[in-house]
This record gives sequence, C-alpha cells and structure tokens, in this order.
Amino acid sequence: MNKTSEFDWEITSQSSVFDLKLNDTWEYRDLLVLLVRRDFVSFYKQTIFGPLWFFIQPALQTVLFTFVFGKLAGISTDGLPQPLFYMAGITAWNYFAECLTKTSTVFKDNANIFGKVYFPRLIMPVSIVVSNLVRFGVQFLLFLAVMIYYLYMGASIEPNFYILLFPLLILLMAALGLGAGMIISAMTTKYRDLALLVTFGVQLLMYATTVIYPLSTASANYKWLIEANPMTAIIETFRYGFLGKGSFNWASLGYATGVTAVILFAGIIIFNKVEKNFVDTV
Amino acid sequence: MSLAIKVENLSKAYQLGEIGTGTLSRDIERWAARIRGKDDPFLKIGEVNDRTTKSASGIVWSLKDVNFEVEQGDAVGIIGRNGAGKSTLLKILSRVTSPTTGKIQGKGRIASLLEVGTGFHPELTGRENIFLNGAILGMRKKEIERKFDEIVDFAGVERYVDTPVKRYSSGMYVRLAFAVAAHLESEILIVDEVLAVGDTEFQKKCLGKMGDISKGEGRTVLFVSHDMNSIAQLCNSAILLINGSINYKGTVNAGISSYYNLNEKKNIYTNNETYVLKPCFIKKIFVGTENVEMGEYYFYNDILIQFEIDIQQEVKGANLFVLILNQSKKRVFACESEKLYSNMKLILKANQLVRGNYSIYAFINLAKVGPIDSAEDVCNFKILDNGSPLAKHGDYDYGNVFANYAWL
Repeated sequence: MNKTSEFDWEITSQSSVFDLKLNDTWEYRDLLVLLVRRDFVSFYKQTIFGPLWFFIQPALQTVLFTFVFGKLAGISTDGLPQPLFYMAGITAWNYFAECLTKTSTVFKDNANIFGKVYFPRLIMPVSIVVSNLVRFGVQFLLFLAVMIYYLYMGASIEPNFYILLFPLLILLMAALGLGAGMIISAMTTKYRDLALLVTFGVQLLMYATTVIYPLSTASANYKWLIEANPMTAIIETFRYGFLGKGSFNWASLGYATGVTAVILFAGIIIFNKVEKNFVDTV
Repeated sequence: MSLAIKVENLSKAYQLGEIGTGTLSRDIERWAARIRGKDDPFLKIGEVNDRTTKSASGIVWSLKDVNFEVEQGDAVGIIGRNGAGKSTLLKILSRVTSPTTGKIQGKGRIASLLEVGTGFHPELTGRENIFLNGAILGMRKKEIERKFDEIVDFAGVERYVDTPVKRYSSGMYVRLAFAVAAHLESEILIVDEVLAVGDTEFQKKCLGKMGDISKGEGRTVLFVSHDMNSIAQLCNSAILLINGSINYKGTVNAGISSYYNLNEKKNIYTNNETYVLKPCFIKKIFVGTENVEMGEYYFYNDILIQFEIDIQQEVKGANLFVLILNQSKKRVFACESEKLYSNMKLILKANQLVRGNYSIYAFINLAKVGPIDSAEDVCNFKILDNGSPLAKHGDYDYGNVFANYAWL
C-alpha cells in the first residue's frame, strides 16, 4: 500500500519559482474584503469627520502646488486651470505612491501576524492596494467635483472618449505600485537600507513624472528619462482623457502596460520566494 | 487508521546574532557557493542546539532530523524545555516558516493557534474581529456566519460583542480569540501553549473543547504546553524534544516521565560551601550507596537515605525534615527527625512506593523560626515494580503510595 498518495499537501524547503499561489489567494478572497474593511473603518474610528479626512490631504496639496509651482515658479499647465491640472496629477500620483510605500513595508509591518498564522501572503499587499483604491475613489470624487465646477465656469477643458481608458489606468497604477512595492519589500526583509530610501525615492520620482509640469514643456535632454517612467504615460493619459490636454499616444501607453506587467510578475515571484522564510530574518 | 501527518528528516537552521554588515559578506559567500554548485558553507557543521553553550559557527539547528508520524484522530503532546524546538516545529507545520531540509506531508486542513488573537484590531468591535480573525485563520465568511452565535456563546462575551476589543479585559480578549479558533472546521488543530492566560474555568473549558475535538470529532490535535497536567489530560501520545531532536515518542505517560527525568540524575547531593551565618547546614545526602548513577529499587526493597550535617554550632530545637517528591515534584509524604545529628540515616520501608521516579526535599527546620538550610529536589531514585499487588494494571496511574487497607 502506498500511503504517500493519500496526502493532499506537502511542506518542503523548495518550491517552484513559477508557482504563484494564485489559487490559494483566491480561496482567501473573503479575508481580502475584511482586511480592506478593517483599514477603511479603523482609519476614521473615533474621528468626527470620518471619511471626510480623505479630502483634506489632496485639497491642501493642490493649494500648495498651485501656489508654489503655478504662481511662484510659473510653470506652464498646458493652458489648463492650475488647480485642476495639479489635482489631476496629485490624485493619480498619490494613489501610486501610497500603493508603493505601503506595500514596500508589508513584511515589516505585518511581521507579527505573518509570524503566527499562515494565509497566502499575497493577500496583504493586494489588500493595501484595494484599500488605497477606496481612498483614491474618495479623492477622485473631489477631483470630479472641481472639474465640474470648472466646466460650469466655462474653462477650456474637453473630456473626451479616452476617458474610457480610466479603468485601465487605475489597474496599471495599482499593478505598478504593487509590483514595485513587493520587490522593495522583498529586498528589505533582511537588509533594511533600501526601506530608508523609499520615501525619499518616491518624492524624487514624482519630479521625474509629469505631476507638476506637462510633458510638452520637458526639456529635450531629459525627455527620454521622463518618458521611460511608466507613470508619465499613465498620468498624461489620465489628463488627456478628463481634461483634453496632454501628450497621449498609444505607443507610450503600450510601453507603460508592458513595463507594469513585467514588474508585477517579477514582484509576485520575488515576493513568494521571500515569503517562505522572511520570518527568520525580518 | 490512516496517517494525518508524516514528518521526514525535518531540520531547521537559524542564524545566530544580529543581521547587519557582517552577514552581508557571508551571504555573498553562500551565494557564490551556490553559483558554483557547492553546498552552503555555513550549513555544514552539525552542531547540537544547546542554548547554554556558545556556538562556533553562528548557525543553530533548531530542529535536526526529526521524523514522526501522527495518526488521524490522535492528540499528540509536544513537550520539552524552552528552546527545544517545539515552537519551531509548530511554525513549520503551520507554514509560517519553511524547513531548511526535509519534508512534511499531510492530509486535511490545518488550523493553527500559535497565539490567540492574531490579527485582532483593537479599534474594531468584537463582531468585526470575529469575522476578521476567522478569515485570517482560513474560514470563509459563510462558515463564520453559521458559527457566529456558537462562538459568542463559547466566549461568553455577548454583552460586549459590539464594543471595540480595546475596551475588553485581557481575559475576555483571549476568550473571544480562542473561541474563534476552536470553531474552525479543520482536520488538524495545532495549539501552542495559549491557554496559560484566561481563568481556570476557561482553561478547563478550552481543554474540554480540545478533548471534544480530538475524541468526539476524530480530528487530529497537536498541543504544546509546559503544563504536564493538561498534556496528560488531553493527549494520548507525546513527543519529547531535546535540543531539536526527538528524544522520545510514544505514550503520553511515558513521555511525561522522560520529560521530568531530563534534569540531571544523581543519587547524591553535596554542598561544600562554608557558611558564615548558618550554624548548621546539609553537607551531603545520598540514597543507597555512594556514586551510583541513579538508584533503582524494587518495590520490596528498603531504601536507605543518609545525611551528613555540618554542625558548627549546636542549635536547640533544630531537626531534619524530609519530604519525598514524586516525578511531578508533588509531595508524597514527609518524615521528621527528633533532633539533629551530624550523621543521620533514614530508612523508607519496602512495599510503600509505587513504581516511578522520586526525589528528596530535605531541610533543617528550626521550630517556630523556619528552615535554616534546604536541599530541594535532589537525589533522584527510581522504584521498579515486579510483582506489587497492582502490577497487573501496567502503566495505569494508580497514585504514588501503597496504603494499608483491608476489605471488610
């Protein structure tokens, strides 16, 4: 009698690199929902304004950018109303940046829970991305409100059919933030040096993305660098679809999609590899 | 019966010391070795994991070549001292960390309770936390909904179910957390001494629940605890780990006695210190003849215990008080002398002690003042049974002493 065949699971020291454990992760989808709920609810527990706090940050940032980059530095906004231009950039960028920074510390932040109970680890970073989506949704509503206000005031904005690319853009930002964040988190479980660079690096990256200036004004010397950043294409497409201004072309969006797919895939593989033993080194 | 878990050649190595720049060069060396297709240069040295001695290699084998099998429906107690590898074993079984070498195969869903209340969020209410914690442990939402009332009822926190758990008393917190885990529908339940918290009544309830799980529902339970009473109560077999290797596996009673015998076995106690303040102290105690590893006696033997007392100053009213301890270090009976002499002999008459391991707790007592000098849990000796009236009952635990009784 061969007893081995009766077993339905096995724990060993090795596993296939390409075993992404996506089935496992799907089994735990209820956990994903509950974690998102937890993040959302615990954010505004014991506050009076509740979810309204989600508005404060982008609103203040927009005011600040309009003042510093618009009024003081006088950087062009492609003829768009300055607050609207900055808000479009900030809303999209913040979502990506939040996904990236939160995901990049996922092992460290959850070391305690990961050390005590097993569930597909991928759930955690995915839940971060989805939680931030809720936040992004709220901030996006603010953006829409401002946009409608300017439309009503007769400003020169022309929402067009490319607005339909919006879901793809969200997906791209989420996947890019998730993938890059997971790579960083995997690399920082043992040596934390990189983690110290992340906050600074994300800020720096923002200036290499067309958040505070339109791509059309970028100097020719650095344009290739800015275009190599997949977030540029995403934000430009976002602005083009909603506001009708920006440099949109299918090639750069296709490039961004390709880069994102590679980063996400690499992120999942590295994450799964590290996940098995990180408890010992974190 | 079929197997629920099969563990083969399981080993787990940990790195000692801090991780920092020093470990980077080592990582590079390992990586280089792997590229060239060689073995990891830092995993070769087979050191024994003894936490009290210094390591030479900076690597510690928390588990080393562990092999065992667990049948379905078994309740296995995993025992051993601190650092013996119990929790590492459970961690690997719960897939929290992976083994360095070896493999585990098994059948059925595993629910592990390495800590109560993992993932509880203090801001969320009891209700929300039940769902969150249940999902973390691997339950589907529908499953939790179905069991929700049962969980709340078991925890006994109905009144607080809509209050954030940060307002809970620590006992209530643990109750709720255990209740969630206990209602998990899994084939294998892994529990790491989580019951130490909570009041006695709740501990009993948990043990009862775990008993139901293994005996009533036929699910497999692996249980780590330092409390031998709960192990004995709950488990039907035991695995004793010493320094990362299995020292004993088999019935629970035998496992527990080997655990108690881990302490150094000596039939002699000596104290060569000189006390300035103590007028007299116990210099030497030994059972039977001097310098025998451990005295073994048949139940029909008399046992001679000799004491040497260093009396520097006569103390009025001092005497020697001797307690016989069983293997759980519980007191079996006491013998008291009338006076104190420098050489004293005590005979324990035959046919009194049931087979098992015993030790001595002796102290010089000064009436109305208290003990002057004591020697606790020394001089182990063993009683073997060959033909006592109850010998036919085998391993059964029928106490520590044979009484003088008669049926009328």
